[in-house]
Amino acid sequence: MSVLVFADSSEGKFKKTAFEVVSYGKKVAEQLGTNLVTLTINGGDASELYAYGAEKVVEVKNDLASFNAKAYASIIKQAAEAQGSDVVVVDSSVDGLTVGPLVAVALEAGYASNAVALPSSTSPFVVKRKAFSNKAFSNTEISTGKKVIGVAKNSYGAHENAVSGSVESFTATLPTLGVKSESIQKASGKVTIADADIVVSAGRGMKGPENWGMIEELADVLGAATACSKPVSDLGWRPHSEHVGQTGKPVASNLYIAIGISGAIQHLAGINASKVKVVINTDPEAPFFKAADYGIVGDAFEVVPQLIEKLKAFKQA
Amino acid sequence: MKILVCISHVPDTTSKINFSDNDTKFDTNGVQFVINPYDEFSLTRAMWFKEKQGASVTVVNVGGAETEPTLRKALAIGADDAIRVNVEPTDGFLVAKELAEVVKNGGFDLVLAGKESADYNGQMVPGMLASLLDFNFVNACVGVEVDGTNVSLTREIDGGEEKVSSTLPMVVAGQKGIVEEKDLRIPNMRGIMMARKKPLSVVEGVGAAAATETKAFEKPAPKGAVKLVENVDDLINLLHNEAKAI
Repeated sequence: MSVLVFADSSEGKFKKTAFEVVSYGKKVAEQLGTNLVTLTINGGDASELYAYGAEKVVEVKNDLASFNAKAYASIIKQAAEAQGSDVVVVDSSVDGLTVGPLVAVALEAGYASNAVALPSSTSPFVVKRKAFSNKAFSNTEISTGKKVIGVAKNSYGAHENAVSGSVESFTATLPTLGVKSESIQKASGKVTIADADIVVSAGRGMKGPENWGMIEELADVLGAATACSKPVSDLGWRPHSEHVGQTGKPVASNLYIAIGISGAIQHLAGINASKVKVVINTDPEAPFFKAADYGIVGDAFEVVPQLIEKLKAFKQA
Repeated sequence: MKILVCISHVPDTTSKINFSDNDTKFDTNGVQFVINPYDEFSLTRAMWFKEKQGASVTVVNVGGAETEPTLRKALAIGADDAIRVNVEPTDGFLVAKELAEVVKNGGFDLVLAGKESADYNGQMVPGMLASLLDFNFVNACVGVEVDGTNVSLTREIDGGEEKVSSTLPMVVAGQKGIVEEKDLRIPNMRGIMMARKKPLSVVEGVGAAAATETKAFEKPAPKGAVKLVENVDDLINLLHNEAKAI
């Protein structure tokens, strides 16, 4: 028996969520009194994973230039069988969310996605998951012998736990791919909303797209990703890829700074998983203040430039 | 092309979320149910294929009789007919297995769904369905074109987009972008009148087994009141020393 974690990567670099699922898988293995096996597919340097407790890394190297759902599901299944893994853990990157259900079917395993904590009990096997767009949790029992857990992004966290690991290579046979990658467009050099520790988000209170310079500057100072509310992307002030909230991108950052966003329930549903929320708004009645941890009632056009200046000083200190 | 659109019947986003029966059941008292917002995007894309490429569009839901108004709404938007699988949807695996039967029996070659439902947010059913049927699968789809049996798609990836090609039969899990929000359809009076006469068939399930069970729901711990600060120095200080966020 063992716990198999799939540590996802992109262009040969491990995603941040890879370290989180390794940390999670390590603890689940301890709960079950078994070993952790970490699978990588064309991934990065295994020693990066040792730092989070991955004592045994199984590397698959092949010709796949990028993620393919059927191929990845098949590789994970083959690895789980070869390693005798009854529990498989995946992350909540787009790839993890895509491959999780396929792995569950391949292994005839019950699947609990969006897990926010370690299993509260392993017999019966119960996992706490997000539900109702972050407005509730569901304690879900997986009743099958084999189990797949999808860990919600930034819910458990990556915890350093250095071990002296070993790596072995694994060859898996590939199925017919069925879906072929034609081209990939990625915004280069920018922090993505999915990866960001801090997200700076702005709404209609900014009055027009010409005023986004200060939002971008604030994001720069903080090393943050920029995001926006739905009306802002609908008005074409900012690209749709920045729209966060329900139907837009979900945010689960450590810090979410909302500037000139009133906090419609659809917006809150998408960003609620963020740990610390700061609201800057002229309207003290804005509903967002009820959902926030810290707030400044004030004009963004005065507050944001001050914040940039003071943060620069703070960063230098 | 025969299209099946999977429709989840979910509480409206503004609903209060409460639980009954010792926190084991979602309390539907006073809750307004709607077509899952993610499914609406895929349904609208299906209507485009119907109008431009002569596709037929069937909508399906796995659920009790209470979900029929939601299916009627999908018919009012323009689907040709509806199927309700009369099974309580307690688990994603169970729903996917029931849907797989519907797809096999109906000979559908394109299954469109929303990438997740607004209630359980599991992102499980479309992928499971594709896997059970051995159909090609694209998740988080923000664009789809069909030419014969060739399909060109755009999917969202972390930090960008990927263009992919595939072939029917396939399952596509859509989201905002597969059509734009402004193009979403609202049923008009004529559509609502016509929907009453469109076929809605009820089929019994095949008795697929669930692989998971909800033991109890819980609500997040109540959040403390917001700390309002007067100036940015205080904010930076709190974010650094108290929240440890910067």
